[in-house]
Amino acid sequence: MTRSFMGLRSVIAGAALIAATVSWAVEAAADIKIGSVLAVTGRASFLGDPEDKTLRMYVERINAAGGLLGQKIELVVYDSAGDAAKARTFATRLIEEDGIIAMVGGSSTGETMAMIPLFEEAKIPFISLAGGIVIIEPVKPYTFKTPHTDRMACQKIYGDMTARGISKIGLISGSGGFGKSMRKQCLSAAKANGIEVLADETYGPKDNDMTPQLTNIRNTAGVQAVLNPGFGQGPAIVTANFKQLSIDVPLYQSHGVASRKYIELAGDASEGVRLPASALLVAENLPDDDPQKSIVVNYKKAYEAKWNEPVSTFGGHAYDGLFILAEAIKRANSLEPGKIRDEIENTKGFMGTAGLVNMSASDHLGLDLTAFRMLEIAKGEWTLVK
Amino acid sequence: MAALRQPRTGGLLVLAAIIAVLPFLLPNAYYFDVVILVGINALVVVGLNLLIGYAGQISLGHAGFFGLGAYASAVLPARFDIPPLAALVLGAIGVGLLAVVIGRPILRLKGHYLAVATLGMGLLIFMLLSNEQDLTGGPDGMAVQRLTILGYKLHGVHTWYWIVGGALLTGTWLALNLIDSPTGRALRALHDSEIAAQVNGVDVVRHKLTVFVISAVFASLAGSLSAHYSGFITPNSAGFLHSIELVTMVVLGGMGSTFGGIVGAAVLTALPQFLTVFHEYEHAALGLIMMVCMIYLRDGLLPSLRQRLHWRRS
Repeated sequence: MTRSFMGLRSVIAGAALIAATVSWAVEAAADIKIGSVLAVTGRASFLGDPEDKTLRMYVERINAAGGLLGQKIELVVYDSAGDAAKARTFATRLIEEDGIIAMVGGSSTGETMAMIPLFEEAKIPFISLAGGIVIIEPVKPYTFKTPHTDRMACQKIYGDMTARGISKIGLISGSGGFGKSMRKQCLSAAKANGIEVLADETYGPKDNDMTPQLTNIRNTAGVQAVLNPGFGQGPAIVTANFKQLSIDVPLYQSHGVASRKYIELAGDASEGVRLPASALLVAENLPDDDPQKSIVVNYKKAYEAKWNEPVSTFGGHAYDGLFILAEAIKRANSLEPGKIRDEIENTKGFMGTAGLVNMSASDHLGLDLTAFRMLEIAKGEWTLVK
Repeated sequence: MAALRQPRTGGLLVLAAIIAVLPFLLPNAYYFDVVILVGINALVVVGLNLLIGYAGQISLGHAGFFGLGAYASAVLPARFDIPPLAALVLGAIGVGLLAVVIGRPILRLKGHYLAVATLGMGLLIFMLLSNEQDLTGGPDGMAVQRLTILGYKLHGVHTWYWIVGGALLTGTWLALNLIDSPTGRALRALHDSEIAAQVNGVDVVRHKLTVFVISAVFASLAGSLSAHYSGFITPNSAGFLHSIELVTMVVLGGMGSTFGGIVGAAVLTALPQFLTVFHEYEHAALGLIMMVCMIYLRDGLLPSLRQRLHWRRS
């Protein structure tokens, strides 16, 4: 009897718990509802976590300063754990249940692509925080994004190579999502930028020795530089192997390694490595007359003071998305999703952490190559390439 | 009256009644979406429960079959111009054949070894789907065409609700029939003791393989439906975590109870939606609820509750 009773009691307790959470969720209603679906946990949490923190911090600040159009913002964030199917359900929930007027979110390209049809159908503006070029190409009326594309990173690198008189390169890329996407973009952008790819090697995300691939590249005649698109520890190992093999050409990394971790992992071998990155990384080192300086320095200081962890470019994408939206709402002077959409598309001269944004009906990203800064690692620090 | 107490008639009627009444209670498309996801997961779980609950064989790779079905429905129409409905059938046949080929060697294994072998199979499928970028779009996934039947494009949550509801009802009916057939009895026999079953003339190898293939085909069909419904898929649907989720649904709902599995799928699909109020503690809350359930309702939600009710009545 006791056992059975305890079992029953636990069931009742569980039911009560669920009922309590439901009634909680129904409560609270605010004036301006902005939605977000982010990979706060899971493998892509390095994207979603800083995005979530950034959004919450700045919504708090906007509200403390009186909100938008005299109304407070309520931010609704759901955690997709990086899963496209979950993201899709949460997007439905934001549209149908929460009644949001705009969306800033979607940490990865997969999640974003799964959610786009819903927002397009509901005619609610959606500012994505993911990298893939497919999000805005072809242009979809209600979909925008803030991060630069992989193709732009390739173009920036090729531009720097051309300036140094390099035209023949070897490519070694990781086979994770990021490395794969960027390899594809770099290969297809090569010709138009006057670059010839002589060697094309790949490695797995968990490989811990890339000497064979690099030896192949070294033995390829005519290679003037090596480019390594990849993410995580792979590029650090490539950098170390590159030094061990004393390959005597410049090494280029991608924006995928733009974090302190990379310099720590690669150590001395990272000396002289060049990569394109957001201005956020070198915020304090920017010249004072740089129009982006105050934006990135303020964001960096605010984020690091509040969360006590180093700022990341991914959080910066969320900052840009939120403020592009906030300014569009102010200009529209209305909470009608259609009017907000029009004003997002009219965004001109917005300075964000990723660079200067000028959107148009045919460009829902609005960044140009100046968004990237070419950095070189010198004495274990990022320095701007003049 | 006695027939109504039988799961094959009574249980099926209850399920049909729930499916028929639910649309009148759901306020908007979001709830429909959650219920459709429950239905898709339940379809896989009904199949998987035959394997785990009745035949007593574990599979940690069923999301692989789900993913293959989903990608068959995505890739065949997009890259080879095969009509979506034919792709769904081809996918199911392909997965069935694959299950025969893989099942033969790995079903010889038992316990932990079988778990690891099926796990490996699931991981291989996941890697295949994420690495064949030109075909599958790689880790970023790919869009799926709408399902057209007789020139009519299936669209909207209401249409999909009835499709998934119908599929679940049919799947459950088939599973219940199988359980009550000689095959079903043979399966339960080999669950209790393989040697005893063999001595009594049960062809153990063939029966294990049959149920493995059936459950794989269930997963493949559910995968195809899910792909067409959501219109976009990523290799995550074939991933290890999804496999674990499916097994958890079977165990939480009740191994060897077809309707229990459906309850398990419903709880585990819908619960995270309620738990979002806990924000970052959501996963901890989910884990806690599951632990409490498994400690106090050891046979799974439905069988334990039913047992308690019977016990009180007598």
